[in-house]
Amino acid sequence: MANLKVNLCGITIDNPIIPASGIFGYGYEFADYYDINCLGTFSFKGTTREERFGNPQPRIAEYDYGVLNATGLENPGVDAVIAEELPKLKKVFHKPVMANISGFSVDEYVEVAEKMGAQDQVGWLEVNISCPNVHGGGMAYGTNPEAAAEVTAAVRKVTKKPIILKLSPNVTDITEIAKACEAAGADGLSLINTVMGMRIDLHRRAPLLANTTGGMSGPGIFPLALRMVWQVYNAVDIPIIGVGGISNARGVIEMMMAGATAVEVGAANLVDPYVCPEIIKELPAVMKGLRINDINEIIGAAHGSASKGSGNVAHGN
Amino acid sequence: MQQVNYTIDSQRRLTDEVYEICLAGDTRAITTPGQFVNLRLDGFYLRRPLAVCDVVDGHLVLIYKIIGRGTDALMHMNNGDSLNLLVGLGNGYDMDACGDHPLLIGGGVGGPSLYWLASELLKKGKDVKVILGFASKDKIFYEDEFRRLGAKVLVTTDDGSSGIKGFVADAIPEAGKYDYIYSCGPEMMLHDIYNATTCDGQYSFAGRMGCGFGACRGCSVKTKNGVKRICKEGPVLTRDEIIWN
Repeated sequence: MANLKVNLCGITIDNPIIPASGIFGYGYEFADYYDINCLGTFSFKGTTREERFGNPQPRIAEYDYGVLNATGLENPGVDAVIAEELPKLKKVFHKPVMANISGFSVDEYVEVAEKMGAQDQVGWLEVNISCPNVHGGGMAYGTNPEAAAEVTAAVRKVTKKPIILKLSPNVTDITEIAKACEAAGADGLSLINTVMGMRIDLHRRAPLLANTTGGMSGPGIFPLALRMVWQVYNAVDIPIIGVGGISNARGVIEMMMAGATAVEVGAANLVDPYVCPEIIKELPAVMKGLRINDINEIIGAAHGSASKGSGNVAHGN
Repeated sequence: MQQVNYTIDSQRRLTDEVYEICLAGDTRAITTPGQFVNLRLDGFYLRRPLAVCDVVDGHLVLIYKIIGRGTDALMHMNNGDSLNLLVGLGNGYDMDACGDHPLLIGGGVGGPSLYWLASELLKKGKDVKVILGFASKDKIFYEDEFRRLGAKVLVTTDDGSSGIKGFVADAIPEAGKYDYIYSCGPEMMLHDIYNATTCDGQYSFAGRMGCGFGACRGCSVKTKNGVKRICKEGPVLTRDEIIWN
């Protein structure tokens, strides 16, 4: 039997499949559909200090290869998550969970990180500095290396749990942000968050989303995410979670060959709620077909013998 | 919720843009009138939500209007083709909440969501009245089907080409005795009904959804009972909890 276990920032997970934040709520509802303990872990809904309703309707649009959302961090707030959501999760999920946190100021990130970091159920903090759907927070911290480093360093001080910075693709050079986070104490990076896009309603002659813009996800962003994981793998020495358009085992393997230690699956869950257990089930056979015995051997394998940290993306072929 | 592969039994054209599709497959997860299904179509990323019109012996009846490329592709599918559905979605109508004289009001393709409900309420011995609203005479469908169930049916058309001229709310005074509202249709129509009546009722909303089963929070709305997902805690909201935009 092929080995699927990987070490993610000091915690071994049974397999590298992680439902991404924003499409999995706080997890327990998916337990009605399948045993969520089959997952490596999952990243729960982005949580802020205060309760948030998010953006006005409509918040969802479609494109040929995926979906755009402008949800805007709807969540009940950190205290309610700890008091109400995590106890429900505890009954159905017996592994460390990844707490996705967000903020509109460094102080808010710190407060949410401190509270979440103190929860036994929480294995990792995934610090979202890349939400494209809120103003004055989120992505504002993820598009500037100094601001990204400031959030990372501040969160680092208040928790001993591994912190994983979730990066935005809406930047000129993602490796600059990645390196700044690593230098400021990040234990890992997850990339990419959604890509800012928009759609227009032809009848109304107006943007389809009430927020005008939204974050693109789905298979249409897979090559972009893969390229960025490839670049960041060359630039840093901390583990990377590859996120963006993965919907099957081959996508998992491709993303890991680019340099990811684990992957998050997002939009695919909206179309097929069972996609994660299906991927986990099909992985060993796909690995066998590719003569992979241990999934760890493929992490960054596409970089060949080229040394890590050598800088930019390799020449195309 | 359950994911089920159905086989297309038949399709029937009801108007120039509205079709009825009959599917064969496991319907056990569909428990209540007013629930919906989310239908996967080749070549389209998101599923398409459609209200359940009727369920009989392992057969599911849906009605759809061609509003875009997705529904157009569905119309071109053949009998015997397979369709992947998530079924048993949403809360559905609470059939125990009404009195003896429920008034069911549907606008356009909102009407079919009330068909199975009408059938069940009639079985319970209720005096079921139905108002169906359409743009014009050539857009009318399912009037006879509702009548055959035994319901008293009024039809409205915007242009007066058939039935009562006006919107569905204009026909409420002519419906006779009623003590409870069930309604499904465009939000503006629901709001009109709400304003034209004072009795309790249930209103089924058609939100723009991502997943249809509560995962993405794409369709959340504010209610007097807190934030609700149209796809999970809805699509049916009660009169006392609705906050109109």
